Amino acid sequence: MITFKGVHKWFKDLHVLNDINLHVNQGEVLVVCGPSGSGKSTLIRTINKLEPINEGTLIVDGMDLSDSKADINKLRAEIGFVFQQFNLYPHLSVMRNITLAPIKIRKIGKSEAEGQATALLERVGLAEKRDAYPTQLSGGQQQRVAIARALAMKPRIMLFDEPTSALDPEMIGEVLLVMKDLAQSGMTMIVVTHEMGFASEVSDRVVFMDEGRILEEAAPDEFFKNPKHERAQQFLKEVLSPMH
Amino acid sequence: MFKYQFDWSVVTSGKYFEWLLSGLYTTIQLSLVAIVFSFLLGLVIAMMRMSNVKPVRWFAHGYLEFFRNTPLLVQIFFWYFGSYKILPTVINDWLNKTNFEFGAAVIALTIYTSAFIAEDIRSGVRSIPKEQLEAARSSGFSYVRSMQYIILPQAVRITIPPLINQFLNLTKNSSLAMTIGVMELTYQARQVESYTFKGFEAFTAATLVYVVLSIIITLMVTYYDKVVLSPMKAR
Repeated sequence: MITFKGVHKWFKDLHVLNDINLHVNQGEVLVVCGPSGSGKSTLIRTINKLEPINEGTLIVDGMDLSDSKADINKLRAEIGFVFQQFNLYPHLSVMRNITLAPIKIRKIGKSEAEGQATALLERVGLAEKRDAYPTQLSGGQQQRVAIARALAMKPRIMLFDEPTSALDPEMIGEVLLVMKDLAQSGMTMIVVTHEMGFASEVSDRVVFMDEGRILEEAAPDEFFKNPKHERAQQFLKEVLSPMH
Repeated sequence: MFKYQFDWSVVTSGKYFEWLLSGLYTTIQLSLVAIVFSFLLGLVIAMMRMSNVKPVRWFAHGYLEFFRNTPLLVQIFFWYFGSYKILPTVINDWLNKTNFEFGAAVIALTIYTSAFIAEDIRSGVRSIPKEQLEAARSSGFSYVRSMQYIILPQAVRITIPPLINQFLNLTKNSSLAMTIGVMELTYQARQVESYTFKGFEAFTAATLVYVVLSIIITLMVTYYDKVVLSPMKAR
C-alpha cells in the first residue's frame, strides 16, 4: 500500500529523513514514535505530499509520488489526514466541515452527503453537534469531528499526526477510542503518537525514529519488552515513567 | 448679527428638492455599482498578487502601485478624456450609447478602489493560519478551490472593517464624478446654489445626506458581520 525506498529529505542543511525504507500493507496499523525532531511528522506528511521528498522512491496506493505527472489531488482525496491542531474550518458548521469535500470533490448530492455525515457523527459520538461551530466544541470533540471529516471521503489510508498531543488529558481517551474502533474495522493507518498504550494494544507494528532514521521496527510486544536500540530503550524509559 | 436670511424650504420641497433627490439617486447608483465591481476586481487582483506565476504577480504589483499612487481626479479625467483613444471600439460605442460620464466614473472609481481592496484582502488571507490551507489541500482540494471554499471566506470576514472603510471612501469619492458632468449629489447641490444663491442650505443638505449614507453602509456591513459571521467567532 505504501512503500518507501531509500527516501531522503532535507530542510536546508538539516537531514530530516535519512534513508527511509518502509513498507506498509493494506489493513495494517503502524505506530511511529520517537523523540521530537526525529522526523516522524515529516515522514507521514510525505505520504500525501504535504512535504515533497528530495531523493528515493515513495509509492502510495500504486502512485509514484516523484512522478511530476501524478495527480496529487486525486491521491489526497484517498488519504485521510488528521492533524495535531485539528484544523477544522472555523467558518463552517460541523456538518459542513464534514460534507464540503464529499460534495465538491466526490460530487455526491447534498442529502446523501448529510446522511453519511450523520452516520459518521454517530460513530464518533457527536450526533447532537451537527449544527455547532468548531469554536463551540472542546478539543477532544473537535478532533473527533476532524476524524469524521477525513472518513467522509471514504479514504483508503488514514494518517494521524500526533492526534492527541494538543488535548487535555481527560479528552485523550475519547479520541483513542474512535481510532481503535477504526483500526478494528480494517483501515490502513499510520499513527504518529506518544500514546504507548494505544501502540501496544492496537498497532500491528511499531517504528522508532531518531534523527531522521528508522532505528527499530518491531511488533509492539517485542518493541516494548525488548527494545534493541539504546536510543529506543532510553525513549521508552522516558515516556513510560517520566518521573523516574 | 446675521445678514443672511436662511431659507431651508429651498432644499426641503419643490423643484430644487427634486434635483437633490435625483442627485442622491445617481450617487447611490454610482456607488453601489462601483462597490460591487471594485470588490470583485479587488479579489482577482489580490489572487494575482499571491500567484505562484511571477509575471502575474508582477503585473498585479504594478497595478497596485500605479493606481494607489495617482490622484483619483487624474484617473477620472484619464478615463473620461483619454480612454476612448485606447479602449476597443465596441466598448466606446456601448459607452456612448448609454451614459459615457457615468461609465467613465464607474471605471475610475472601480479601478482606483480595487487597488486598496486588493491589499486589504491580501492581508486578510495572510492572517489565516497556513494549517487551513494544508487541511484543505490534504482533502484533495486544488489551490484555487482551497482559496474559494476555505481561505477566502475566512479572509473576507476578517477584512470587513477595512472593507467598510473602502466602501465609505468610494461613496465619498463619487462626488468627484461631478467634474466630468455626472449629475450626482454634489453636482446637484452646486446647481441649486447657482440657481438660488442658497449655498449654505444646499451644501448642508448634501453633507447630511452623505453622513446618513455612510451610517447606512456601516450598519449594513456590521449587521452582516454580526448575524452571518458571528457563529465562527463564538467564545
